[in-house]
Amino acid sequence: MNAEIPILTILVAWPLVAALVLWLVRPLHGAARTYGIAVSLVEVVLAIVAVALFDVVHAGTVQLTEQVPWIPAIGASWALGVNGLGLTMVLLAVALVPVVMIARQPGEGGPDWGWVVLVLLLTATVVAVFSARDVFLFYVLFEAMLFPVYFLVGRYGGPDRRRAALKFLLYSLAGGLIMLVGVVAVHGYGPGGEQAFLIDNLAGNLTASEGAERLLFVSFFLAFAIKAPMVPVHTWLPDTTQQADAGTSTLLVGVLDKVGTFGMIVLLLPLFPNASAWAAPVVVVLAIVSIIWGGLVALAQRDFMRLTAMTSVSHFGFIVLGIFVGSATAMTGSMIYMVAHGISTAAMFLTLGYLEKRGQSQWIPNYRGMQRVTPVLAGLFLVAGLASIALPGLSGFVPEYLVLVGTFEANWLAAAFAVMGVIIAALYVLLPYQRMFTGPKEEGIPGAPDLVAREKWAMAPLVVAMLALGFFPGPVLDVLTPIADSSAPLVQTVAADNTTAMAVEGSAK
Amino acid sequence: MTQFTAPAIDWAALTPMVVVFGAAVTGVLLEAFLPRTARRAVQVPLALVALAAALVAVVWRWTIVQSDGPREVVAGSVIEDGPALAAQAILLIIALVGMLVIADRTETGEGSFVASGSTRPGSEEEERATRAGFSQGEVFPLAMFSILGMMVFTTAGDLLTLFVALEVLSLPLYVLSGLARRRRLLSQEASLKYFLLGSLSSAILLFGSALLYGFAGSVRFADIAASVATVSGMDTLLLTGAMLVLVGLLFKVGAAPFHAWTPDVYQGAPTPVTGFMAAATKLAAFAALLRFTYVVLPGLAWDLAPVLWTIIALTMLLGTVLGIVQGNVKRMLAYSSIAHAGFVLLGVVALEQSGVSSVLFYLLAYGLATVGAFAVVSLVRERDPEGHVTAEANELSQWAGLGRRSPWLAASMLIFLLSFAGIPLTAGFIGKFTVFTAAVQGGLGPLVVLAVLASAATAFFYVRLVVLMYFSEPEGEVAVVDSDGMSTVAIALGVIGTVALGVVPGPVLDVLAGAATYLP
Repeated sequence: MNAEIPILTILVAWPLVAALVLWLVRPLHGAARTYGIAVSLVEVVLAIVAVALFDVVHAGTVQLTEQVPWIPAIGASWALGVNGLGLTMVLLAVALVPVVMIARQPGEGGPDWGWVVLVLLLTATVVAVFSARDVFLFYVLFEAMLFPVYFLVGRYGGPDRRRAALKFLLYSLAGGLIMLVGVVAVHGYGPGGEQAFLIDNLAGNLTASEGAERLLFVSFFLAFAIKAPMVPVHTWLPDTTQQADAGTSTLLVGVLDKVGTFGMIVLLLPLFPNASAWAAPVVVVLAIVSIIWGGLVALAQRDFMRLTAMTSVSHFGFIVLGIFVGSATAMTGSMIYMVAHGISTAAMFLTLGYLEKRGQSQWIPNYRGMQRVTPVLAGLFLVAGLASIALPGLSGFVPEYLVLVGTFEANWLAAAFAVMGVIIAALYVLLPYQRMFTGPKEEGIPGAPDLVAREKWAMAPLVVAMLALGFFPGPVLDVLTPIADSSAPLVQTVAADNTTAMAVEGSAK
Repeated sequence: MTQFTAPAIDWAALTPMVVVFGAAVTGVLLEAFLPRTARRAVQVPLALVALAAALVAVVWRWTIVQSDGPREVVAGSVIEDGPALAAQAILLIIALVGMLVIADRTETGEGSFVASGSTRPGSEEEERATRAGFSQGEVFPLAMFSILGMMVFTTAGDLLTLFVALEVLSLPLYVLSGLARRRRLLSQEASLKYFLLGSLSSAILLFGSALLYGFAGSVRFADIAASVATVSGMDTLLLTGAMLVLVGLLFKVGAAPFHAWTPDVYQGAPTPVTGFMAAATKLAAFAALLRFTYVVLPGLAWDLAPVLWTIIALTMLLGTVLGIVQGNVKRMLAYSSIAHAGFVLLGVVALEQSGVSSVLFYLLAYGLATVGAFAVVSLVRERDPEGHVTAEANELSQWAGLGRRSPWLAASMLIFLLSFAGIPLTAGFIGKFTVFTAAVQGGLGPLVVLAVLASAATAFFYVRLVVLMYFSEPEGEVAVVDSDGMSTVAIALGVIGTVALGVVPGPVLDVLAGAATYLP
């Protein structure tokens, strides 16, 4: 039952092969950046081919499937396939890579070619993770994707990079190993055989008792919560983004962390529906804590990379809230939030990276009045910040609105707390903007040049995407809604209120 | 007068062991009669060819067992069945790679073995022997005798053969541990410790065998297993005997609380011997432990469970916690091998069909990575103030910046460390996964959770070495010597094996699963 063109395997293999070639062919090392941009643009073209092959009308089903036995003795297969959510995530990952490549300051932190090789390896693993339809394969890739990031942070990061890289790795490995127990146990409770680990074979076929299913849920959930990250296992993120270069932070927060919430939708809900319903109240509370705590701690940060990391913790709180609150609207909002957050976080990290290069510091009090010195940079930071705080017309509005409306349908108290997060969000973007960009010019900063052409080229697609998603979210919503409709009832039966649906989509379905 | 009927011995079945034995004896004779200059040139090829021939013989016996079924050879003392042949094959592979490292003399031409073992450290004779270029060629036949003992250890069908094989495998190792070229006092101390503790544990095993004989009236595993099922009323004898035999075997694998020899012996022994010991001895001991557990002990599982659970938990915890505080690479790898012994014991105690194949796969993966890792350790040396290359640089701090100094060596070490940590896409991960699956099926759930947490903790000290190699600046006088070819091949085989078994383990897993039924 394989697709005619194994486009997903090609999407995985292309950056992998390109990375190997770059590593082994020494003459290419000098032109590493150009090579990397070219390879990632070809990857984008391949992803568009995948979109063309995808049947948007049936976006809720898994398409472009490929399945080849890998380790029959264990029951593991090389099984790839994407539904609407998987395809959107693959597109997000693949689209951010050339942006990050273009934005990278040449020679920052070490030789370019090593950085490009690691980013290409990361691309291959992340595309594979988002397309995996086999639990064992998913686990292998979930762990494997840590290592390119570890080396990216440890080699190309700031002064305290070793400690930050180690903290990142150990947190993620610990989560992964806890998930390993779950993966091993899931095999035992499933139908077994040579395709034992296929998600389609396991979903709905687990013979676990209620207690066992809950323990399995916890083991998987812990790994995803560390990855997302959620409070209280989020402390690795600010340390890592503070030390990593802007491109790595973008890929880490914009793409890698999405694997956590992606796993929640694609693995937790189908495999452990009863346990998900049982755990939903606790998870919702934790999500709200993440929203508010993340926002408040972000306000307290004096380092702007740490601030952006904590804002991501807050945003991921919204995403997890939307998944577990039990409303199809909220879940659709969560999924589109993942895309919107990826774009706006990328924009924020990259702009702040440009600022850091000019001021040689990540310390907010060191900057003042930058909008007179670098007006384009200031404007871009403002647009990215406003997108992240859900200003209507930019990418962040539709997802946040959907999540809040859906949460309100299910539980008005949760929605009340979540709305507080919106207010805190406004503060954590506008206050730093005021401190760093408005007011009289800071004497310490030399006449810093505004954005050069390379940096503008990197930001342009992001700005276009933010505006497009803000004004025309329809196509993306169409692809994601069917998935929410089938997944949300697994958490809690909430009749999708017809009036709300009409208010959101402007017409009855 | 009763007629003595000699048992019919199926010599064809003993071919692998006869080949190794012949090579060992020939090696001793060659060492005695060949002129000094010719010895090494003959000993090294002899050892390698003999091991390769034995491996071919094992594969041939495997095809025969596949078609005709398993059998008892030498009247039940040696059992030729699937697990025995699989263990012997893996053992010979690891021994081949290990022998390459033992034979390697690096570009300095010195090797890891002392010029003349009988000279006192620091004396005139030692210096004269070194300057004259003597070498202890007996190392090769000693290693071959040890391998012979290991091979018989895996196929032993009764307790006496088990004991004799244990002694044959251990005695050469006691000697080999004392033959290090540098830090000789440490090496001799290691040898003495190993000898004393090893002899004690062999004696304990013998005592346990005597008690089991008292219980069953026979030393053969099959008869003891039958007696466990039928005889009643002598439980104390049975349990004590079984426990003592287990202690003897657990000492050899380095399980807590019988692990105290491991760090000191691993640190003191010459590094190629450490790699060989860590991989091959553990494999042979676990193969014997598997046979003893699966054939004799299933009936006793309920009684022995509390003790076994405690031993496993203690082993994993001790190996992990003590490994974190080590500052010496060889000691760190020794404690990590204790932790690995704990993980493998999970598969042994699971008493599941899948336990046998998963344990054998784990030990193959672990063996390749271990021999490779210790080969890398043997190539990282110190430099004295005059610039000569001296002893090994075993302190962790001396490994800083290795990634920049010699990228290929550091990359190989990285892959071995990832395999130890159980990172996916390495053989170590597949080994851990299959062992944990077997353990969960065998009802050892809580221990698997503990094992997973211990794995996370061991990842810490492996990653610490990776951080040192790649993210730190080189410091101090450290030189990386090139091997004279053999260690490079060994490391390359280790890397290829680790990655290949990690990405496509299917064929090997299938073969081992087909080999997993015991004869009695």
